[in-house]
Amino acid sequence: MSGATHSSRAPFLSAYALFVYLFLYFPIVVLIVYSFNGSGVGGFPPSGWTFDWYRQLFADSALWDAVLNSVIVAAVAVVIALGLGLPAALALDRSQFPGKALFRRLVLLPLILPGIITGLSLLMLFVGVGMKLSLVTVVLGHGTALISVATTEIFAGLQKMDRAQEEASLDLGANHWKTFWRITFPNLRVSLIAAALLIFTLSLDEIAVTFFLIGRDNTLPLEIWSRLRRGITPEINAISTLILLFSIATILIWYRLRTRTQSVGEVQTATALLPSSLEGESQ
Amino acid sequence: MYSRGYKSAVTIPPLLWVTFFLLVPYAILFCYSFWSVSSLQTIVHNWNLQNYAQLFRNPLYLTVLLRSIRIAGAVTLLALLLGYPLAYYLSFHAAKRKDLLYQLVIIPLWASYLVRGYAWKTILGSDGVLNGFLQYLHITHRPVEFFLYSPFAVILTLTHIYTPFTFLPIYASLEHVPRNLVEASHDLGASPFSTFLHVILPLSLPGILAGATFAFVLTLGDFLAPLLVGGPSGIMISNIVVSLFGAAYNWPLGAAISFCMLLLVVTLLFATERLEKRFTIS
Repeated sequence: MSGATHSSRAPFLSAYALFVYLFLYFPIVVLIVYSFNGSGVGGFPPSGWTFDWYRQLFADSALWDAVLNSVIVAAVAVVIALGLGLPAALALDRSQFPGKALFRRLVLLPLILPGIITGLSLLMLFVGVGMKLSLVTVVLGHGTALISVATTEIFAGLQKMDRAQEEASLDLGANHWKTFWRITFPNLRVSLIAAALLIFTLSLDEIAVTFFLIGRDNTLPLEIWSRLRRGITPEINAISTLILLFSIATILIWYRLRTRTQSVGEVQTATALLPSSLEGESQ
Repeated sequence: MYSRGYKSAVTIPPLLWVTFFLLVPYAILFCYSFWSVSSLQTIVHNWNLQNYAQLFRNPLYLTVLLRSIRIAGAVTLLALLLGYPLAYYLSFHAAKRKDLLYQLVIIPLWASYLVRGYAWKTILGSDGVLNGFLQYLHITHRPVEFFLYSPFAVILTLTHIYTPFTFLPIYASLEHVPRNLVEASHDLGASPFSTFLHVILPLSLPGILAGATFAFVLTLGDFLAPLLVGGPSGIMISNIVVSLFGAAYNWPLGAAISFCMLLLVVTLLFATERLEKRFTIS
């Protein structure tokens, strides 16, 4: 609206913004270009275009085992995070109970807490109760850390929901369960799918928490990590390019779903990471 | 208005899970920090403050901690310098391209950490892209070694990773700046710069605080970038924790450092929350 008068030419600012975008995308472009580079990882200019690294990648069974592990871990993490994030968001949005502020802080803490602390404290718990490190411990770690993402995403969906339908349902004599399944849940469907996509992507990429909880079977990032220590090969560029394309696709779908339920300026999951963001409106 | 059954069904499961998988582990971490390791490499449960005393006595820990704080400070500053103008441009000047430009920031935000760290490694390495480029242009004749495996490399990589994180809350706060206030300032004869300084900047302070907290806290706890691109001179506090939990096998000391980090993070969060409230107009 009134911003129009302000949208005067700002050549310096535009140039600066362009520079920031170049900075953000430069490494990504380099990575993709060199995944097709015949003469190895480094050097300039890239020369001898090839698909060899991708061919090598598709024949690398250890890597595909890791991909499968990662997909399984991410899928179960989605179930755990949504299964607990949905009730947590409902509780934060519409009920009052003692210790609510502490509960909110605790649920959201892993969002901003460096992964190393979450990873280490869970490691101590699992060692303490005598659990062997395996993909199970990794899944529990991812699930726990990502409840925070599920909660903020679903909470945002709840805030945008029209309450009148729920109230009408209750007034007409349906109990809370019936109202939840017939009104709340269907209305939240898009938010839930968006949250699931985001959690899946984040779990697939997770490395800090996984680092401490991994047993013998590697997830994909950990497999890549262990190969990086042996030296870098363009095969890693190739798998990174594929991971990147996959992330970009899911992020864009997530974004589209999210903007269907709310306006652009309000898609701000990362802001919701701060404890204060679930205050105010929820009172 | 909600029945008791419904209320407990939505509160109790997440409450139990979070207690068992977050609260209890943090408590265990806290306990460990008071224990010690015997010469036989077993954990001894005699409560004492040795680990904390060691943190202050051994200059190694203090040096690395100070370096980590410097690196985190540098990353925070750079991320703000890159993220704020970008957010400002998008919020006030992007007009119809806003949505597209916003998505272009979101993509690197959620894209793989490891992939981006690895990309910088290939760029900065001694036979990497940057050195290849410099030699191709005959600016240098042999590889410049200090690009990779230096605090500089850590700062560059982490700035790249956390700039979008910093951008997001700033952008959100700029979007919430009432446009009629900006308009009024213009109408009353303020120059664009003075409008920015006296109206827009103060109103976007909560976003700046939130963004700075992200960048600072996440950098401080990072141990992957130092391992990937930092080398010995880029070691940070979390790397020490990792080695104490690995080869060095001293979990109690590692727990003491981690607990200090946890305390620092929580304190920072409380402080920013306080400040944020002071600056937010309701």
